Amino acid sequence: MKVLVPVKRVIDYNVKARVKSDQSGVDLANVKMSMNPFCEIAVEEAVRQKEKGVATEVVAVSIGPAQAQETLRTALAMGADRAILIQTDQDPEPLAVAKLLAAIIGEESPDVVIMGKQAIDGDNNATGQMLAALLDWPQATFANSIELNAGDAKVGREVDGGIQTIDVTLPAIITADLRLNEPRYASLPNIMKAKKKPLDVKEAASLGVDTAPRLKVIKVTEPPKRGGGIKVETAADLVSNLKTAGVL
Amino acid sequence: MAVLVIADHDNASLKDSTHKTVTAALALSSDVDILVAGSGAKAVAEAAGKIAGVRKVLLAESDALGQGLAEAVTAVVVPLMGGYDAVLTPATSQGKNVSPRIAAKLDVAQISEIVEVVDGSTFVRPIYAGNALETVQSSDAKKVITVRATAFTAAGEGGSAPVESIGAGDGAPKTKFVDQQLVKSARPELAGAKIVVSGGRAMGSAEEFQRVIDPLADKLGAAIGASRAAVDAGYAPNDYQVGQTGKVVAPELYVAIGISGAIQHLAGMKDSKIIVAINKDSDAPIFQVADFGLVADYKTAVPELMDALTAAGK
Repeated sequence: MKVLVPVKRVIDYNVKARVKSDQSGVDLANVKMSMNPFCEIAVEEAVRQKEKGVATEVVAVSIGPAQAQETLRTALAMGADRAILIQTDQDPEPLAVAKLLAAIIGEESPDVVIMGKQAIDGDNNATGQMLAALLDWPQATFANSIELNAGDAKVGREVDGGIQTIDVTLPAIITADLRLNEPRYASLPNIMKAKKKPLDVKEAASLGVDTAPRLKVIKVTEPPKRGGGIKVETAADLVSNLKTAGVL
Repeated sequence: MAVLVIADHDNASLKDSTHKTVTAALALSSDVDILVAGSGAKAVAEAAGKIAGVRKVLLAESDALGQGLAEAVTAVVVPLMGGYDAVLTPATSQGKNVSPRIAAKLDVAQISEIVEVVDGSTFVRPIYAGNALETVQSSDAKKVITVRATAFTAAGEGGSAPVESIGAGDGAPKTKFVDQQLVKSARPELAGAKIVVSGGRAMGSAEEFQRVIDPLADKLGAAIGASRAAVDAGYAPNDYQVGQTGKVVAPELYVAIGISGAIQHLAGMKDSKIIVAINKDSDAPIFQVADFGLVADYKTAVPELMDALTAAGK
C-alpha cells in the first residue's frame, strides 16, 4: 500500500509570531522554520504503518520555496522513502494547495493520503477536506486512531464530546489530530541516510493548475491586548474581586 | 443576497453556536435561512425557526446526515447554493469537517473562523494561534465561511420561520458510520459555558485532576477545560482541551489552575471576560493575561477558594 504524506514548512511552533509594522503580514525573516506539528504526526503515522508491514512506500510531498527541501529531508529522516517538492515562491491558499496535491496524486496514485489537520500558520483546517472533495474521495478528519486494511480504513475521529469511528473505502484522505501518535526524533544515522534518498523538484507552474489567490489580504494586525491585571493575596480576596467584577 | 446557515445540533437539540452564526449571517444579509441536516431532527428545525431574523428552515433527514458525515452534508448543500450567495457554519469539529468540502465543490476559498464581518466580502480572522488578525477580502462569487461562535453574540428568540423538508441527497456511499462514543456530562458544554474551570499539567494525575477540578467546577456551575499538556499526559479527556488546536472559549469567567499559559493555550481562552490564574510560579505567562492572579500552590489555594466561595454564599 502506497501512502502519500503532504507536509508544510511553517514557523516553528515555539516561536511567537510577530506582526510586521506595515501590517503586510507576519515577520518570517530570520525566524526558525520547522515542519508543521500536525504534518509530523502524519509522517510518523505513515512510517509506523510501513513498520507494521501495512504500507509499502511512503512518499512525502511539500509545496513551497526551495527551503522546503529541508522539511522534506526531515520527513525522509523520519522514515519516508522519497520526496517531491512542488516549488513555488507564492504562498498558495488551501484550495490551490489541494489542486496541486490532486495533480500529484494523479501521477502517484497512492492508496491513502495521511496529512495534518491544520497548519499552524494560516490555521485554516481546510486542505485535507478540499483535497477529498476535488478527488471525490471519502474523508476521515481529526484522526486519533487509524487501522488500515486492504480496501478500507477504520478511523477514530476526535469530535465535540467524544470519539466517532467511521470506516472509509480506500483511496481516502485522512487528517491527523494531535493525539494520533507522538512523532519520533530522527536519529543522526537516519538524518545522514535521508540525504541520499530521492527528492524530486517540480515547478508548481508545470502542473497546469490555477493557483490564483481568491482572498486578498487587506491587512494583518496585532490582536487587542488585554489590560493589565492584579495579583491578589488570598482566595478570599479573589472571591471579593470576582463579586465586584460581577462574574459570581 | 440570501445566506444559508448550517445548524449545529445533535439531532435532539439546537446548539447555541447556531444562534451566534445567525448573528454573523445577519451582518451579511437580511435573508437568512437555516439548514438542519440530521435524522429525527424535526424538533431541532422547529427550534431553529424560532431564532429571530430567520426567513425559513430547511430540513434534510437521513441516517448519514444524522451521523454528520461530511460527504452527505456536502451533497445536500452544494445543489442549494444556486439560491445563496454565502454559506456559514459554526467552526465546531462538525463545521470544520464539512465546510471546506463544500468550498472545494463550489471551487471557492473557505474563509475560516471569522471573528468579524467588515462588509459583504471582507472578514477578520485569527491566524498564527490568534497572535495576528488577518483582514481578507474574497473575490469569489459565493462565500463559504466558518464562524468562530464565541466572537458573536447569540441571535435572540422570537422568530416564527416555516420549516420546509428538502431532499436528503446521495448520502456518503464510501463512508460507513461505525459508532460514536460521547462523554455524558451534567455540566454545561465547554464551548458555550458562562464559567470554565481548567486544569493543567501541575495536577500530576487524572485522579488529582478530578479531585481538584471537578468539585470547584460543580460549585461554580462551570464547564471543565484543560491545557494541552494535561490532555497529552492523560489527566483529562481530549475534548476538554482549550487552545489553538482544541476548543476556543470566551466565557464570562475563566479559572486557570496549574496552567503555565503556553501560547497555544492562551489562543483558546484569551478572549474570556475575566481570567483568573492560580499558579505557584509567579513568572508563569498565564499571569500576563490574567485579571486576577493568585501566586499559590493549587493544593492549598483551591480548598481555600472553595471555602471562600461557600462563605460568599456560593
